[in-house]
Amino acid sequence: MKDDRTILEMKNIHKSFPGVRALQAVDFSLCEGEIHALMGENGAGKSTLIKVLTGVYEKDEGQIFLKGHEKAVVIRSPQDAQKLGISTVYQEITLCPNLSVAENMYIGRTKGATVGWSKMNKDADKILESLDIPAKATQQLASCSIAVQQMVAIARAVDMDCKVLILDEPTSSLDEQEVQKLFKLMRDLKSRGVGIIFVTHFLDQVYEVCDKITVLRDGQLVGEFEIKDLPRVQLVAKMLGKEFDDTSEIKNTELVYGGDDASQCVFEAKDLASNVGIKPFDFYIKKGEVNGFTGLLGSGRSESVRAIFGADKVISGTVKKNGKNIKISKPLDAMKNGIAYLPEDRKRDGIIGDLSVRDNIILALQVLKGFFRPFSKAQANKFADEYIKLLDIKTASKDTPIKSLSGGNQQKVILARWLLTHPEYLILDEPTRGIDIGTKTEIQKLVLKLASEGMAVTFISSETDEMVRTCSRLVVMRDRKVVGELSGEDVNQNMIMSTIAGGDKE
Amino acid sequence: MTDVKVKKEFSIGAFMGSILRHQIFIPAAALVILLLINLVGDFFKDSSFFTISLLHNSAGNPVLSGNLISVLDFGSELAILAIGMTLVTAATGGQDISVGATIAIAGSVVLRIVCGADGVAYSVSPGTLILAFGAACVVAMICGAFNGVLVAIFRIQPMIATLILFTAGRSIASWINGGALPRVNAESFTYFAGFIPGIPIPTPFFVAVGCIIIIAIVLKVTNLGLYTQAVGINESSSKLNGINPVSIKILSFVILGLCVAVCGLLKVSRASGITYSVIAKDIEMDAILAVALGGNALSGGKFNMTASIMGAYVIQMLTTTLYRFEVEPDALPAYKAIVVIVLVVISAPTVREKAKSLWTKMTKGQKKVKEVA
Repeated sequence: MKDDRTILEMKNIHKSFPGVRALQAVDFSLCEGEIHALMGENGAGKSTLIKVLTGVYEKDEGQIFLKGHEKAVVIRSPQDAQKLGISTVYQEITLCPNLSVAENMYIGRTKGATVGWSKMNKDADKILESLDIPAKATQQLASCSIAVQQMVAIARAVDMDCKVLILDEPTSSLDEQEVQKLFKLMRDLKSRGVGIIFVTHFLDQVYEVCDKITVLRDGQLVGEFEIKDLPRVQLVAKMLGKEFDDTSEIKNTELVYGGDDASQCVFEAKDLASNVGIKPFDFYIKKGEVNGFTGLLGSGRSESVRAIFGADKVISGTVKKNGKNIKISKPLDAMKNGIAYLPEDRKRDGIIGDLSVRDNIILALQVLKGFFRPFSKAQANKFADEYIKLLDIKTASKDTPIKSLSGGNQQKVILARWLLTHPEYLILDEPTRGIDIGTKTEIQKLVLKLASEGMAVTFISSETDEMVRTCSRLVVMRDRKVVGELSGEDVNQNMIMSTIAGGDKE
Repeated sequence: MTDVKVKKEFSIGAFMGSILRHQIFIPAAALVILLLINLVGDFFKDSSFFTISLLHNSAGNPVLSGNLISVLDFGSELAILAIGMTLVTAATGGQDISVGATIAIAGSVVLRIVCGADGVAYSVSPGTLILAFGAACVVAMICGAFNGVLVAIFRIQPMIATLILFTAGRSIASWINGGALPRVNAESFTYFAGFIPGIPIPTPFFVAVGCIIIIAIVLKVTNLGLYTQAVGINESSSKLNGINPVSIKILSFVILGLCVAVCGLLKVSRASGITYSVIAKDIEMDAILAVALGGNALSGGKFNMTASIMGAYVIQMLTTTLYRFEVEPDALPAYKAIVVIVLVVISAPTVREKAKSLWTKMTKGQKKVKEVA
């Protein structure tokens, strides 16, 4: 151990999977009362390191030391890790939504066959109160917001006397306010001496809440840094392992405008609404234009593009393609009219997990070609090879099941699937969520390239700076309603925020 | 992550690993084990399990007889059902337990048309037979569509949805013939489940081969396989890619319905009649087991048709083996259950992973010893 304050030290950790060295000689240490960011691109080895620490994977080599244990500890299963005071809260909530908050906090931890309900509820309330979590013990978990659910998961960990708390991308589905609540809780735990490992893709958040940063790249340790010693640009450069690919480079790319001539509209919609509760909205997009839907979480941006694609049941409105009326009532109609849609939730709506990368790539084009006209194996392989190369998809082979790829590469496969259909209009709903900065930049560049070749693109991102960089026109939404449209000079952060907030004036 | 160039060198470990991972391994291994058991059993029995004799039946036609022939005979019925059951399992992540009862319905429809109102037929014309089989197909496909609609549109658990026909099917079968037990006393009617004059191999085998060829062609010239697996793995994604999960699920049940109709014809041909409460009883369980034994996940998704079909013959081999060791028919299910538990546990992915890692460890150990030497 380095000093008394160190509670966790991982030394010389090695882990290989068939064909891949996921971790090579990685060291990591964590102090009491420290929030330590673990950063790296997809495939850098963050999740592998965490899974080694929590006993999900067995390490090939190396040692793990914990405060209070003289010898290196052996962690063979998540249960072992929990007993040693290492708890993890994952990006996806792993609790039971139909049970009460208290039940979720104590599930699997009650001794004996009987449950002391009143004591359990009382204890739970005490912890929730002490951590200032806005939930009642008897409340059903599903009735809490995602942020509160995440906090309950943390409360469960805290109550299990955890000394090391791992937060694996806890903020990716939270809005700004919820993130602040979570940070408050994290600082509170920090003051109690808990060591927190914070995995995230949001740079802002790292600088807001963390003390130290450990950067990994390609399974190797780049270094451990005090937050004040590492400016943002430096961090990004270290993560990418190349000269900082300045985002201003993208900004300088000339944005392509379709002009104001209405006849150039590829798609036009009037009074479009679907059955998920969005207010009817008008919409148009021109050839070679990149537009975006922006707004807070739950403002209806995803629902709007889903309505255009026919993913939800369309209940009103007319759609025109090149000035001619068309009918889109299901995704296949949209696909036949040259629309492609990359959904927000990659895992739930995008990938077909057990199918190979090849089958995932050809799927949309295959469906368009028809049930009775399957591609030959050779043709499918050709398509797959072509797009794996084109988008630089990192996969062991085209027969690998897509679920074993990293998040960024899965997203590229889905992108490949739609590009293969040569769409006239490409809708990208949060294509950069939960993927590394390198791939994010690649995707943004690709969007601009496609637009310059004449494709109409709608780009949605919860990171407004990404939208400002890529879109030439923004549709602003609030409370499931379109509240404004920004174009040209007005496409900037301040205008977006004031338009979103503008409701008070009305 | 860095990709490590792995030198392609032949190692027994890797070879064994690839065999263990292959889905066909499970039914194939089970088949080998059953054959070995019977080989050992031969020492304790007067007659060999493997004897096949050429006899002449009452009509004077040559017929093969023996345990292996009966596996081929009855296993073919299961193989036909396994085709449809595999598709239903893959698309819906559930199983159809109404297969036996729907076979009773299909069989009853065949007899109703062949025997007419008299309840007995002394001769069967090819025209009547085609009509009867066609009607059985239509009825069985309607039954399948009924199950499919309940599962796909009303989103009822497949086992619960098919419980309806499971319960009511045999009564419906009886009602079709007004509760009578029609009989067919025509030699030609027994050809389907017996022997065609001059051919000593049981006809069901040829019927099964026909069905297998048809499904192989269908899987080749359509996207049935891709769509079914996509829907079974991720329905929401499939939908956003333009696939209609509802029609794929219903289609899988309808195809199973066709398989059921074929099986129904075989069953009534075998008995030259029908006993509503007994015909094809519990056959659905064997069909589901065939799918499971083939290493297909009963929760749906990816499937391997060849493995399922092999699984069907292995299940029949098991039944025949148990008969051979003179297990009481009533005790048969219990013995079968034991064997099936073992087979299914072995075929569970977790167990296979463990076995694989154990094997790599063992071979690694050997290598180290060699290096030391």
